[in-house]
Amino acid sequence: MLEYAIKGDKKYYGWIAILLGLIGVGFGFYLWQLKFGLGITGLSRDVSWGFYIAQLTYMVGVAAGGVMVVLPCYLHDYKAFGRITVLGEFLAIASLIVCMLSVVVDLGQPMRVLNVILHPSPRSMLFYDMLVLNGYLFLNLIVGWNVLQAERNGTHYPAWVKPLIYLSIPFAISIHTVTAFLYCGLPGRHFWLTAILAPRFLASAFAAGPALLVLLALIIRKVSNFDPGREQIQTLAKIITYALIANLFFFGCELFVAFYSGIPGHMDHIKYLFVGIHGHGVLVPWMWSSMALMVLALILLIPPITRQNEGVLAVACVMLFIGAWIDKGLGLISAGFVPNPLHEVNEYLPTFPEVMITIGVYAVGALVLTIFYKITIGVKEEVRA
Amino acid sequence: MEDSRRRFLKIAGIAALGMGTAPVIDAVAASGGHGAAPHMRKGDDALTAKQWGLVIDTTKLDHEKVEHIIEACHSTHNVPNISAAKVGQKVATRHEIKWIWETHYHNAFTDLRPQYLSEDVEERPFLVLCNHCEEPPCVQACPTQATFKRPDGIVLMDFHRCIGCRFCMAACPYGSRSFNLRDPRPFIEKTNLAFPTRTKGVVEKCNFCAERLAVGQPPACVEASEGAMVFGDLEDPHSEIREVLREHYTIRRKVSLGTGPAVYYII
Repeated sequence: MLEYAIKGDKKYYGWIAILLGLIGVGFGFYLWQLKFGLGITGLSRDVSWGFYIAQLTYMVGVAAGGVMVVLPCYLHDYKAFGRITVLGEFLAIASLIVCMLSVVVDLGQPMRVLNVILHPSPRSMLFYDMLVLNGYLFLNLIVGWNVLQAERNGTHYPAWVKPLIYLSIPFAISIHTVTAFLYCGLPGRHFWLTAILAPRFLASAFAAGPALLVLLALIIRKVSNFDPGREQIQTLAKIITYALIANLFFFGCELFVAFYSGIPGHMDHIKYLFVGIHGHGVLVPWMWSSMALMVLALILLIPPITRQNEGVLAVACVMLFIGAWIDKGLGLISAGFVPNPLHEVNEYLPTFPEVMITIGVYAVGALVLTIFYKITIGVKEEVRA
Repeated sequence: MEDSRRRFLKIAGIAALGMGTAPVIDAVAASGGHGAAPHMRKGDDALTAKQWGLVIDTTKLDHEKVEHIIEACHSTHNVPNISAAKVGQKVATRHEIKWIWETHYHNAFTDLRPQYLSEDVEERPFLVLCNHCEEPPCVQACPTQATFKRPDGIVLMDFHRCIGCRFCMAACPYGSRSFNLRDPRPFIEKTNLAFPTRTKGVVEKCNFCAERLAVGQPPACVEASEGAMVFGDLEDPHSEIREVLREHYTIRRKVSLGTGPAVYYII
């Protein structure tokens, strides 16, 4: 099936060239970081995790969101999604590659990364994160590839694939749960020290992941002869709506606990994000935009009349995707570190090289996604012809 | 014919296997139980304890003494001085490395927040450093066991195993850890050859002078404090530190988190 990846028109190769260019630029900046150290980023002694780890957190969610097509299809026998499960699985693969690269570029000593396997530490959540991320990656690779190959050959996928499909469902939940556990089990970081963090992560994942899938489905319909289907997109839209409601509800619970109890440690970080503290608040406009985008997206998603209009739906999905990205990919990680354990405020913003490296990482993910989707579309077109 | 060839191959295979494993068996047999493997032994002068701890008598410290103590620690351990003069204020704040440093009461004891603090304490310098917790969250977080707790209670780091993921920094509720965001060596004014310098990309922090205890010396800060800091075994009821703790009211940082810090403060 790989031949589909190299049989493309000029537009396809143009897009690949753009991505390779971005990867090249990002890699150049990464070489600089490798030479100088992480000092070229905005990270500091106080804000020791930033943009890179935030991208891990966000894209783990997008990867986990892929399960929202797999689960209805295989557990509830919702046949319509059979057409797009492979899209969900390949999106998960590309997202996981972004996640893993984000961790690698964040390491101070990346050449020592195998120490995690050489000296396994079952008390560290990072150890489990490595296990579930890799596990979910391989499950999706095996399942997605076999299901697609079977479709091409006009056969049913082999029987041994079925247990792996079932296994991939709890794995999807686990990747985001364990990623939340990285943060919410740390004493003294009150912003994250909340049992709702993992559920909230999952809710935002099940909104943002399928939102991206809807957008990709609309693009696929436009650039190819394969139509992921109107019914499929509408079902995804309903899933997105419920997940977004859950996400905002969980955030409301968070606000209630912090501000009704009035415990300073719990309020400080939220205040920092939304109004600023001690005159510091670089993220304030971002966070309000994030909230506005998510609420507006919800207003567009709830009434059937707007949700069923694919143009409006696309706008809502873009708003949601950006809103959730600001929330998780910008605010959530750095705000946990501001104020620092000594209640001093040292703010964080990513630097230019840091952003370029991140763009490079995303470009790798986009390249992987493009190639996998190209193959998928090739198979689907061939089968229908 | 067919049968005898198969038998020959079988016998030859077993013979080859036997010849191959014989040296391995010999080697295992030789090293087993004869104490031939290298063995680490503590020095004769080494100071030992079940849980090392520290008491800081803040009433005996002023800015000058505190600076002297910090200097003693940082020069002993090759802690770089990434100063504003060399890299600018902004970068200096971000890239700073510190093992022990001076702060205010409000910053050291964030959960106490007294509304009206005595003037004396308000102006008093407070030294903060790694607390060498009984239940260290950093040790739990480390994915490579590059940070570990020794049997004597010291939370130590293996700079050569650290992958620089900084999970320990997120886990530490005291902000005691620093990360080498750049090569620290150009910022070390005078290198102490008795202690390793670090490379970029690894985390570091106070080690309770494990290298000095190993040769029978007290921690550098304690030595420089001229009696304002007392170091000893918290689990030995007859130790000097326990004597001091019996005589004075002391507080520790963020005890409500359950980490069991081993640094006590006399206010």
